[in-house]
Amino acid sequence: MNNQSGPAAASAPAVQSPSIAVLRDVHFDVDSGKTVFSGLDIEIRRGAITAIMGPSGTGKTTLLKLITGQVCADHGQVVVDGLDVARLNRKQMYAMRRRMGMLFQNGALLTDLDVFENVAFPLREHTRLPERLIRTIVLTKLHAVGLRGAAELFPQQLSGGMGRRVALARAIVMDPEILIYDEPFAGLDPISMGVVLRLIRSLNSALGITSIVVTHDVREISQIADSSFILAEGKVVASGTTAELRDHPSPIVHQFVDGLADGPVPFHYPAPEYHAQLLGGKVFA
Amino acid sequence: MITILREFVQSFLTFLERVGLLVRFALRLAVILPSGLLRPRPIIEQVYNTGAMSLVIIMTCGLFIGMVLGLQGYDLLTRFGSEEYLGTATAISLLRELGPVVTALLFAGRAGTALAAELGLMRATDQIAAMEIMAVDPMRRVVLPRFLGGVIAMPLLVSIFIVVALFGAQLVGVEFFGVDSGSYWSQMRSAVELSDIREGLVKGLVFGVACSLIAVYEGYNAMPTAEGVGRATTRTVVISAVVTLILDYILTASML
Repeated sequence: MNNQSGPAAASAPAVQSPSIAVLRDVHFDVDSGKTVFSGLDIEIRRGAITAIMGPSGTGKTTLLKLITGQVCADHGQVVVDGLDVARLNRKQMYAMRRRMGMLFQNGALLTDLDVFENVAFPLREHTRLPERLIRTIVLTKLHAVGLRGAAELFPQQLSGGMGRRVALARAIVMDPEILIYDEPFAGLDPISMGVVLRLIRSLNSALGITSIVVTHDVREISQIADSSFILAEGKVVASGTTAELRDHPSPIVHQFVDGLADGPVPFHYPAPEYHAQLLGGKVFA
Repeated sequence: MITILREFVQSFLTFLERVGLLVRFALRLAVILPSGLLRPRPIIEQVYNTGAMSLVIIMTCGLFIGMVLGLQGYDLLTRFGSEEYLGTATAISLLRELGPVVTALLFAGRAGTALAAELGLMRATDQIAAMEIMAVDPMRRVVLPRFLGGVIAMPLLVSIFIVVALFGAQLVGVEFFGVDSGSYWSQMRSAVELSDIREGLVKGLVFGVACSLIAVYEGYNAMPTAEGVGRATTRTVVISAVVTLILDYILTASML
């Protein structure tokens, strides 16, 4: 079902590299001037579940945007399946994205379409499959996420967890090679979280895809991740398996993995001296 | 003084930048227009959303504006003893000016804001980004049908507005004040020319392009926050109203 024709696919390497995405010396500043990445190096293994973790504001979602070509690095190289993302034109970029699926933090379901049509959307846009086949594929994917019975509902009628699962069904409907999850566990109850966790694992092994999971939830992701990267201060501060991260000597990794308030990552945003401010100091600088 | 001058220059540069972005946006729509026309279904849906859903407000306002024209026209024309020209006066004013202009202002307030808010919310809830990731061009799939829907709907709404307003003026002039029905319609028929109807429809089409373009541009480029969406809808109404009136003067001057 994947459309691998076109210039982007044509320039893909004949022999598959063990890494599906490689970021080399990536520098990236946001419009406000804040530096997000200053020399980021990451290599994501093909077919594995890779977790991207780190404190809030360290650029985890920006990293996903770099991989999907939504933003371009100021300096450095982002290579996805042998393609330099910065050099792709719109057509090539879309050809690359057809081999990806992404689960957004809030699901990002199209609110004017029901669940069935949301999942069918990529098929209708990119293929000319007969209606019967589209129906079968959509029902299969909805069954995989346990929501075949919710096909007629609209996104507004779904709970957060259900919406996330529908979005997951939509993300896998084109059988992507890379599946990207942006905070898949955020705001989910323990049951939904367990369901999504098992789905990520089973989809990865059943479809043989590469999964990239951005998350804060160290305990949950450690159950399924093959390898993890922890981002801080614009770089990767630690990488490896869950066991390796747990034994990592870096205090920042220790603070993050154990969820400690005190450590290199300050709990408090930089502010004037507490007592001086309480006794009449300026609130705003 | 220098500060004021600097701010003025800065504002002017910002204005030029915004106009440039709007023109680039319009050119992109023009480039994808042929492929968009190959999928008529979403366009028809948008004609329904922007056109049919605006009918109630258009017809209600048309009726009352026609009634006011009937009242004012009758009051003025009786001073000269020429109330039989009421039909001509209302028809010419509606066809050439009031019909297209008032419809455009109502369209901006009803359909324009709805378009801008819908697109702004789609951006705020990552629906636009999701389409991009699914390799679906949101300009082609979302923006173009909405733009074309507005462009097609506007001349139709102008026509309906004028017909209902003429009925409103007839209601007041003929039914309430007793102007002769025959002279109301026959004077109108003999005085109104095809060029008057063409002027109204051309204005409706141009206003439709302008108001729809502003609405989809503001919505599509809205900041992805509640405040950003609110600002986009406000800007849609304000800019559409100003642009409509400026275009009206230019079109009137060129068609006289």
